[in-house]
Amino acid sequence: MKKLSARRRHPLAAVVVLLLALAATGGLYAAFAPAGRAQADDSAQSLTIEEGKKLYEVGCASCHGTGGQGTSDGPSLVGVGAAAVDFQVGTGRMPAQQPGAQVQKKPNIYSQAEIDQLAAYVASLGAGPSVPTKQQYDPAGADVARGGELFRTNCTQCHAFKGVGGALTKGKFAPDLKDVSAKHIYEAMQTGPQNMPSFPDTTLTEQNKKDIIAYVKAINSDQTVSQGGLELGGLGPVSEGLFAWVFGLGALIVVAVWVAARTAKAKKS
Amino acid sequence: MSTTTSNESRSRGKAPAGERLADWADGRLGIYSLAKANLRKIFPDHWSFMLGEVCLYSFIIIILTGVYLTLFFHPSMNEVEYHGSYVPLQGQLMSEAYRSTLNISFDVRGGLLIRQIHHWAALVFLGGMFVHMMRVFFTGAFRKPREINWLFGFLLFVLGMFTGFTGYSLPDDLLSGTGIRFMEGAILSVPIVGTYISFFLFGGEFPGHDFVARFYSIHILLLPGIMLGLVVGHLILVFYHKHTQFAGPGRKNTNVVGMPLMPVYMAKAGGFFFLVFGVIAAIAAIASINPIWTMGPYRPDQVSTGAQPDWYMGFAEGLIRAMPGWEINFWGHTLVLGVFIPLVLFGVVLMVIAAYPFLEAWVTGDKREHHILDRPRNAPTRTAFGVAWITVYMVGLIGGGNDLIATHFHLSINAVTWFVRIAFFVGPVIAFIVTKRICLGLQRRDRDKVLHGRESGIIKRLPHGEFIEVHEPLSQEQMYTLTAHEQYKPVEIGPTVDENGVERKVKGSEKLRAKLSKAYYGEDSQIPKPTVEEYREITSGHGHH
Repeated sequence: MKKLSARRRHPLAAVVVLLLALAATGGLYAAFAPAGRAQADDSAQSLTIEEGKKLYEVGCASCHGTGGQGTSDGPSLVGVGAAAVDFQVGTGRMPAQQPGAQVQKKPNIYSQAEIDQLAAYVASLGAGPSVPTKQQYDPAGADVARGGELFRTNCTQCHAFKGVGGALTKGKFAPDLKDVSAKHIYEAMQTGPQNMPSFPDTTLTEQNKKDIIAYVKAINSDQTVSQGGLELGGLGPVSEGLFAWVFGLGALIVVAVWVAARTAKAKKS
Repeated sequence: MSTTTSNESRSRGKAPAGERLADWADGRLGIYSLAKANLRKIFPDHWSFMLGEVCLYSFIIIILTGVYLTLFFHPSMNEVEYHGSYVPLQGQLMSEAYRSTLNISFDVRGGLLIRQIHHWAALVFLGGMFVHMMRVFFTGAFRKPREINWLFGFLLFVLGMFTGFTGYSLPDDLLSGTGIRFMEGAILSVPIVGTYISFFLFGGEFPGHDFVARFYSIHILLLPGIMLGLVVGHLILVFYHKHTQFAGPGRKNTNVVGMPLMPVYMAKAGGFFFLVFGVIAAIAAIASINPIWTMGPYRPDQVSTGAQPDWYMGFAEGLIRAMPGWEINFWGHTLVLGVFIPLVLFGVVLMVIAAYPFLEAWVTGDKREHHILDRPRNAPTRTAFGVAWITVYMVGLIGGGNDLIATHFHLSINAVTWFVRIAFFVGPVIAFIVTKRICLGLQRRDRDKVLHGRESGIIKRLPHGEFIEVHEPLSQEQMYTLTAHEQYKPVEIGPTVDENGVERKVKGSEKLRAKLSKAYYGEDSQIPKPTVEEYREITSGHGHH
């Protein structure tokens, strides 16, 4: 103690104290900072919602209103649920590029984490369908044939036999289902985006939805085996008729011209 | 005859085997005289004369492949469960007809290829008939003596449409079932008898349990039988009338310039058959047609968008799609004009082209035979009429595919439908006027070519500085070809007062005929072809060209 008090007027004493103080602060910070983060984890939901709200204000609020209550340019998002956000933003439909008969699909610019934040924010506005888990939408082990029957009963009116889509009134249309992921198909059925009716679990059960996804993947995806050769767009008799005229009759007329041009030469006597 | 040949051959040793076989056959079938009369039959050479052959050969291909399909198809509507190779339909309930078609596609060796050849050949057959018919129409080959054969051909086209439609209905898949439902609707729209015909055809309420079996008989027996008879009649008449030919030096109304059937056309036609078969088989091997397994079995409570008939029924579909849904209700009955008017128009559009040769014969009053073909430009009114008719047909086809046009060109289906509604009336008028002007322009060009020669592209400068383009005179043959056609004079009503000063009553039909004749052959409808005098005057040296 004597030693310490004897050196307390030492010119370097202040430096030592400062170093000790810094070390203590740093040490304390090092000790408490992880704990602080762990604390934030407990309230992750509110933080995600906060982040989502920020993203919402930048990308969505101009049409859907600052509180998601909707404006003349976009519907209210209260109660649409996280699944709707995950579908609309995940397929690039939202934020919409321009008004029109129907909002078109385009490359999605948000990361999945950002989409989740947006979804969390919109879900916080009112209860709605949540994003399905892989277990819910994964078509493995589903009944394909049953899915086909459900597809023909509920979906072909707009999406056509092969799920290639079709026209609706006034420039609206049902899109091709070829590149749509299983999750997005599930969410579309659940939430009914744009002109599509929604098929909640009371109408089509989780198993029904899985079956339908399995059928769509079987008939209209990259894994589909075309049984009869070129599919000509899977559009049915219109493209077949065009093909028959252009390549069938066209080729035969070319052949006819060729045959007619090769005639027996009369011998000059 | 046979005794003398046998005596001779005995004295000179045995005749060759071929001759003996021919002798044997002649003694029983009389083929010598038949062969003598027909084997050296002359046919003229032109690629467009082979369009009819395309139809004949595709018809033969359809019959051959169709026979194969009948071996495996079960025309029954009994409900069965599917347990074949196609996984996405496993365990589904369906009619036996649909199951057997799936089996043909997946489990019968070569079945899918034969099915696709059959179907592609049917599309090509109808397309071939359409093009062949238009060739005959635009060259005036339907004129006397070939009017009956024109009707035979027309009947073949119409029967071909219905044979195709019944065939498309047989697999009992969701697409064809929707097509039959459409047809049922059209039948029901017929006033008074519609419901009776529908119940008679389907054996009760639609769909019933009978139509596949009934359509099967119609598709494989009744209609093809009639068509086969008509095809034979069509060909016999072609032989009897002899083939038409385009104008040219040495070609007259009384001769046919070309090659003999044996051996030239035998070889060509035989080879062409295999080429047609080859092209159709190649298409069938490359491209899928009517993949019924993606359609699913027919159930009246299901329907799909993009449900269209094959192309030859497409214009009927278009008429229905474009027609506003009008209906009249009275005394508890409904007259569905929205369906009935298109049904009537469907018949009218077809009848108009069938009846045209008779209208033209009446307007010209020409009772002579015609074996020299017209160039389309030299019959501007007929050509314009034909193009107007095709326009109506094509507008109908656009209407039939209005949904696909809307989705693929990013248009509104309502806009496409309105286009069809307007174009159905305006399109043919514009097409008529434009075509007629083009024909007259081409006639003027022909006239210029005959009188002033062909533009050579050589520019010459004269001593006094003027530039002229050298025109090369046409050869004698070319000039003949360009001026060989005959130009009608408009029919006059004639004096309305006879020599005794008694006024004659002019019938309305006479007036109409004179009016039509003026429209056909008046000053505004043909350019007078150059006369010998005009030609002499220009080429005698007074002209500057």
